[in-house]
Amino acid sequence: MMSAVALQMVGVAGLLGLAVLAIVLSRSKFATAVIYGATMVICLAALAGALRWLLGGPVDATGLVLPVGLPWLGAHFRMDALAAFFLVVVNLGGAAASLYGLGYGRHESSPHRVLPFFPAFLAGMNLVVLADDAFSYLLCWEFMSLASWALVMAHHREAGNARAGYIYLVMASFGTLALLLAFGLLAGPAGDYGFAAIRNTPHTPNVAILVLILMLLGAGSKAGLLPLHVWLPLAHPAAPSHVSALMSGVMTKVAIYGFIRVVFDLLGQPTWPASVIVLGLGSITAVMGILYAMMESDLKRLLAYSTIENIGIIFVSLGLALAFQANGQKLPAALAFTAALFHVLNHSFFKSLLFFGAGALLTATGERDMDRLGGLIHRMPLTSFVVLIGCVAISALPPFNGFVSEWLIFQAVLQSPGLPQWALKIMVPAVGAMLALAAALAAACFVKMFGVTFLGRPRSPAAETAVEVDRYSLAAMSILAALCLLAGILPGPVMDALSPVAVEMTGGRLPVQAHAPWLSIVPISESRGSYNGLLVMVFIAISASLAVFFIHRFASHALRRGPAWGCGFPDSVPAAQYSGASFAQPIRRVFGTLLFNARDHVEMPAPGDTRPARLRIELHDLIWEWLYQPLAGAVGYAADRLNALQFLTIRRYLSLVFATLVTLLLVLAIWS
Amino acid sequence: MQMHSLAFDISHTLAGGLVLISFMMLYQDRLTSLLNVFALHALVLALSVAWQAYIQDAPHLYVTAVIALVFKALVIPVGLHRIVKRLGIHRDIESAVGIGPTMLAGMGLVALSMVLMLRVTADADPLAREDLAFALSVVLLGLLVMVTRRNAVSQVVGFMSLENGLVLAATGAKGMPLVVEISVAFSILIAFIVIGIFLFRIRERFDSVDVSALDDFRGERR
Repeated sequence: MMSAVALQMVGVAGLLGLAVLAIVLSRSKFATAVIYGATMVICLAALAGALRWLLGGPVDATGLVLPVGLPWLGAHFRMDALAAFFLVVVNLGGAAASLYGLGYGRHESSPHRVLPFFPAFLAGMNLVVLADDAFSYLLCWEFMSLASWALVMAHHREAGNARAGYIYLVMASFGTLALLLAFGLLAGPAGDYGFAAIRNTPHTPNVAILVLILMLLGAGSKAGLLPLHVWLPLAHPAAPSHVSALMSGVMTKVAIYGFIRVVFDLLGQPTWPASVIVLGLGSITAVMGILYAMMESDLKRLLAYSTIENIGIIFVSLGLALAFQANGQKLPAALAFTAALFHVLNHSFFKSLLFFGAGALLTATGERDMDRLGGLIHRMPLTSFVVLIGCVAISALPPFNGFVSEWLIFQAVLQSPGLPQWALKIMVPAVGAMLALAAALAAACFVKMFGVTFLGRPRSPAAETAVEVDRYSLAAMSILAALCLLAGILPGPVMDALSPVAVEMTGGRLPVQAHAPWLSIVPISESRGSYNGLLVMVFIAISASLAVFFIHRFASHALRRGPAWGCGFPDSVPAAQYSGASFAQPIRRVFGTLLFNARDHVEMPAPGDTRPARLRIELHDLIWEWLYQPLAGAVGYAADRLNALQFLTIRRYLSLVFATLVTLLLVLAIWS
Repeated sequence: MQMHSLAFDISHTLAGGLVLISFMMLYQDRLTSLLNVFALHALVLALSVAWQAYIQDAPHLYVTAVIALVFKALVIPVGLHRIVKRLGIHRDIESAVGIGPTMLAGMGLVALSMVLMLRVTADADPLAREDLAFALSVVLLGLLVMVTRRNAVSQVVGFMSLENGLVLAATGAKGMPLVVEISVAFSILIAFIVIGIFLFRIRERFDSVDVSALDDFRGERR
């Protein structure tokens, strides 16, 4: 009998084999079906293995050492509860994306650019989660980054994609540099890069804070933490939609896994100032992310920005866990940590679902700009229904899963009076208020997305002639929508499944939810608060049915068609409908002037001119303009100056070497 | 006291002589005399290595000494002499930097290496300390020769005197395996052959071994 980790590694090997097979098959017409089908089967098997570990208790904790990598080190892989949970997230997302790909991939213009990298990307994510030494971790991390980069560049001739790939590559290498430094600090002068050795080494507070900051830079840049998010809204939408779903729904979670692994597991007992940094960054990321999303009219970019928001929420929750952990309050720490993991799981469900939905719209209409869609609820009823479920779930409305995890996070926020530090006592409620703001804005954002895209009248011929997408895509979306509902009405079993992870990382154990009556969840105690998703759903179902019954019973049965009120427009063309930009206008007025330097310009034609007046909206991405552009300018300037060094004479090169040597010796002579 | 024994004095003298000969190289402005001084440099190195072999009772160092004597004091200078003759540049006078500033810079470098080495190796064997300080001086002076010369042949000579400094450092420390020395010696020999071939190639193309001809060819400012 092979150990659990060995079985997972067999799955990874299978995925890598599929990547090779995809190259061989690239011109065959069966390639799409074979590769996606096999990938789905392997992902389901890996998912089953990880679930068995998570639900059935630790099967065995033995690691696996492969004789690859550095000759005297080997590559260590190990499976524990944390890894098992993230394997569930990765492989569930992978299986759903493969199922979706079976249908979506048929419309792919250049399958040979996607098929080999898709299983390789999944294999990379599996490997990162399983890695048990810093060297393998970094190697697998880079493999994952490069595979996803290749997928981003799949349609490299489309406008903007090459730039997106370039920025992604730069940010990914920056992130890996930060991770490299973090692991270097963790290993210390002894230089043992195995995670087991790092875990047993005590770390001074200064090193701990430095490692935390480096992890926020390294894992944060991959996850999309502000201000390192710039690549994400460019690169995620550039990939094919099922890959976008994987990148947004799963790869950002692998980055969060890295953060948890280092900060909660390897670093040992945290100190409370660490949590202040994480809480601050997380809450700013959440609010800014959703504000960016609100301003966006490109569907996939909107979803990518919303991913940034959710990453912020997860980091806030992790920051809370750190704050409680630093003060030895194990139960609230476990609550916040469980909430973070729950949100990780939920976000992977509904963000994948929504990206699949965006992909379905792209297949049906060829449009990503929601201001050119509209009225699709009549032409794509099934897609619009599942996307509606995704929108409700991501807006954190009961009885869906988004509500449960955000409710748990707020339960953790409400534990903050128990913290001894006044800084945290004051900060945590403020962070809670920021989260509430983000949640409200998210609801507004997804009302806008669903309303403008699916309701109203078609704004373009493409939207008018759209037809429902294929069965595979619908099946993938329906399964995810069902999971959103299931996790929402039965949160207790999910929390119980997460409890081994929370015990492993925080040492606290939440009450077993299976013992709570009527499938409620009671995170701390009955008096502190409890939630019953099933009850809420039953209530919603009964009240809605009653309302429908009464309306139909007591109102007129006759279907009446009358002229709609055209808002004062005599000729109501579809272009005169409420657009995404008009929906966002109030929020742009409130926040945009300060945060985006937004200005509305009305361009009136001169009297006698027959051109129409135009409203132009000016938006600035201040993080890009104030942080990245000066940085890029400085790098460019330095490169221009140093360029002269390329064309020196031999003697000058020799003199440079000589001068460097003498200078270094002088430094040594003076300071040693 | 071991420190003031005859053995120490002799090895000290030989190493010091090597530094002195490096200084002599700095102010030779004719190629033939530079090659002669280099042969002397290699001869003193061979003596120094042989003396180390005697006092350390390490017979393999005699091999190193013989290699230094045969290749560096005989084969390479003779070969370079012939190259210089065939190239017809044995009468050339070259000085990129004036002799005065060069000598001053050389003194500064020797002072630097003394200060540095004596401080860094405070608790090492006194003989090895002095040896290392002299060796570093020789290395730096070799680099200085390379930097201040324009002619490719004298740059080669500077490089090889630099390598002599490395051998001095290696033999001063006890227990250096012979393999390393042999490989260093052969790499120098190969470098000599390669550079020789290149010299003729440069000569064929540009009618000069002055490396500034290369710069002119690349169309660059100097």
